[in-house]
Amino acid sequence: MNTILEVKGVSKSFPVKGSFGKSKGAVSAVSDVSFSLKERGTLGIVGESGCGKSTLARLLLRLIEPDEGEVLYRDQDILTLKGRKLNQIKRKIQMVFQNPYSSINPKMTIENNVAFSLWTNGVSKKEARKKANDYLEAVGLPRSYAHRYPQSLSGGQRQRVAIARALVLEPEIIIADEAVSALDKSIQGQVLNLFQDLKKDFNLSLLFISHDLNVVEYMSDEVMVMYLGKVVEKGSAQHIYSNARHPYTKALLNSEPSMKVGVSNLDKHQLIKGELPSPLNPPSGCRFRTRCPHATAQCGNAQLPTIEVNTGHHVACHLWDMGTGSLSQNKQSDVLPI
Amino acid sequence: MSEVLQIKDLVTKFSTKKGMVPAVRGVNLSVERGKTLVIIGESGSGKSVTLRSILGLSPQGTEITGSIKFQGDELLVKNEKQIQKIRGNKIAMVFQNSLSAFDPLYRVGKQVEETIKAHRKISRKEAKSIVIDLFREVGIPSPEERRRVYPHEMSGGMRQRAVIAMALACNPDILLADEPTTALDVTIQAQILNLFKKIQKEHGMSIILVTHDIGVAIEMADQIAVMYAGKIVEYGEARQVLSEPSHPYTQALMASTPQKEMSGKIVTIPGQPPLITNMPEGCAFSDRCPYAESACTKASPELDLLTEQHRVACFMQDKMSKEA
Repeated sequence: MNTILEVKGVSKSFPVKGSFGKSKGAVSAVSDVSFSLKERGTLGIVGESGCGKSTLARLLLRLIEPDEGEVLYRDQDILTLKGRKLNQIKRKIQMVFQNPYSSINPKMTIENNVAFSLWTNGVSKKEARKKANDYLEAVGLPRSYAHRYPQSLSGGQRQRVAIARALVLEPEIIIADEAVSALDKSIQGQVLNLFQDLKKDFNLSLLFISHDLNVVEYMSDEVMVMYLGKVVEKGSAQHIYSNARHPYTKALLNSEPSMKVGVSNLDKHQLIKGELPSPLNPPSGCRFRTRCPHATAQCGNAQLPTIEVNTGHHVACHLWDMGTGSLSQNKQSDVLPI
Repeated sequence: MSEVLQIKDLVTKFSTKKGMVPAVRGVNLSVERGKTLVIIGESGSGKSVTLRSILGLSPQGTEITGSIKFQGDELLVKNEKQIQKIRGNKIAMVFQNSLSAFDPLYRVGKQVEETIKAHRKISRKEAKSIVIDLFREVGIPSPEERRRVYPHEMSGGMRQRAVIAMALACNPDILLADEPTTALDVTIQAQILNLFKKIQKEHGMSIILVTHDIGVAIEMADQIAVMYAGKIVEYGEARQVLSEPSHPYTQALMASTPQKEMSGKIVTIPGQPPLITNMPEGCAFSDRCPYAESACTKASPELDLLTEQHRVACFMQDKMSKEA
């Protein structure tokens, strides 16, 4: 499979101002992130709030300008492009946001919401409406809905409109940023199925961002785990979910409530302590070390290597082979005070 | 078996422009001492309204009928003053959004103190030391200092701990928790769920936990009630209900959650829940149900015993068991 999107060393930090406009330093939101998305593949990005996954998505589309790095779409660096050329590529990468209540225009009919991006790209009104209707049908909305306003639609239906709007420009890549998180479970399943179908029908590559580990596992071929702006582990979904090596990935998987009746995941494992440190002054070296049960003095070193432990399976932890056992078997003294 | 709370035929109607609209349509449940009842359902199923009805926290103009008995004492006949003695004291509540649970203008410790002083005649100094103990109990580091911060200065997980501390302040018999971990990250959610388990063990209190997350239900529930469109459709001992879901809605809900090592398509429920302003006659799930027959659209099924510990409200149980 060819690589359709390659991201190299992208970073972004936001300056923080204190009272009287004095600079208080910078929040390192995304730091040196690299990955590649394969054509017609799905890359899942997981992490907790504040790990930089949404910022990353916005950096790729230049909704926020990155500080450094390269974003290569079919070997063209998006970050150096301007004007019409940039717009042409932006059409090929579309985004679906988390909240369908704020992402679609409440003062436009469903049809116009979808057709709008075609108009701005110079398509005639009539043709744009026709196309919009085709795509509304493709996402499973009845034709009779075309002239309704968003307020009369449920959350799941609105998300379908948002998806149709992303598809109407015939993109090659869809970035779904927590696209199903706001939906109820039974509706969430419908939208996930829709993504899978559309991916096949329109030959899409998907960048699927979510905090829900189960959803990401179900959707993705490859998974990237982020923590405090950095990639801690990436690899095939199978590697990550059945053979996680980074202590944070393990902890994340252990914190997920059990889906097996009668088995408590939380009782079985030792949970990680504490909370996310402030991104204003992230820990040096490995950013997870302040909560890591295995951390040593070495973890504070600024230059820690990312290790390829298996083909395509990268781990940003120099202690990755420290016992393949789960966290729960080590260091009983560190058990969470709860 | 000692039941701390008993709800019978609870109907909660909201006043809207279109007249009185029922959000809860005949709920029966009971909670045993020291046990956890999980109410699971999607948004709009009436699970939070049920919880709020217990403490009289419904908006003005709401009509509540039926019976809610707390330790044999009828709550629905009590006036505001009498219910205030119970609310926050014998029955406490933890909300989803911890930021709006606190007044942003007062220090967190002060607000917890207020709760204690509202129900007990003690000095400020005593209240202060109780707060510090509570904060320590719920795992807030350096409680002496954290007591003096404002709500916005705490992280989401820490604030939720403070809310739990406030709920525990008067050593309640029942803790009502409305989606207490939904706004939190998984690693923090795990910590909070374990905290609930720990305080339950130590205080022997009963917990009613409302959630939409089956994983949370599996982790926490002794008893489980599945709600759909204002009614309980399946109710019983958690292990039985979750391992042998019998109502088509419960089955579909469990099947539509992506699970480990799942492949192929997700089984989904077609359509969406009915609006409370426009309830169908008969079983509210009938228009989405793969088993529905004409009988389902005529009358509404009641909860029937399946086994001693497991009830289900569905006419099609015989048909379903034959097909299986």
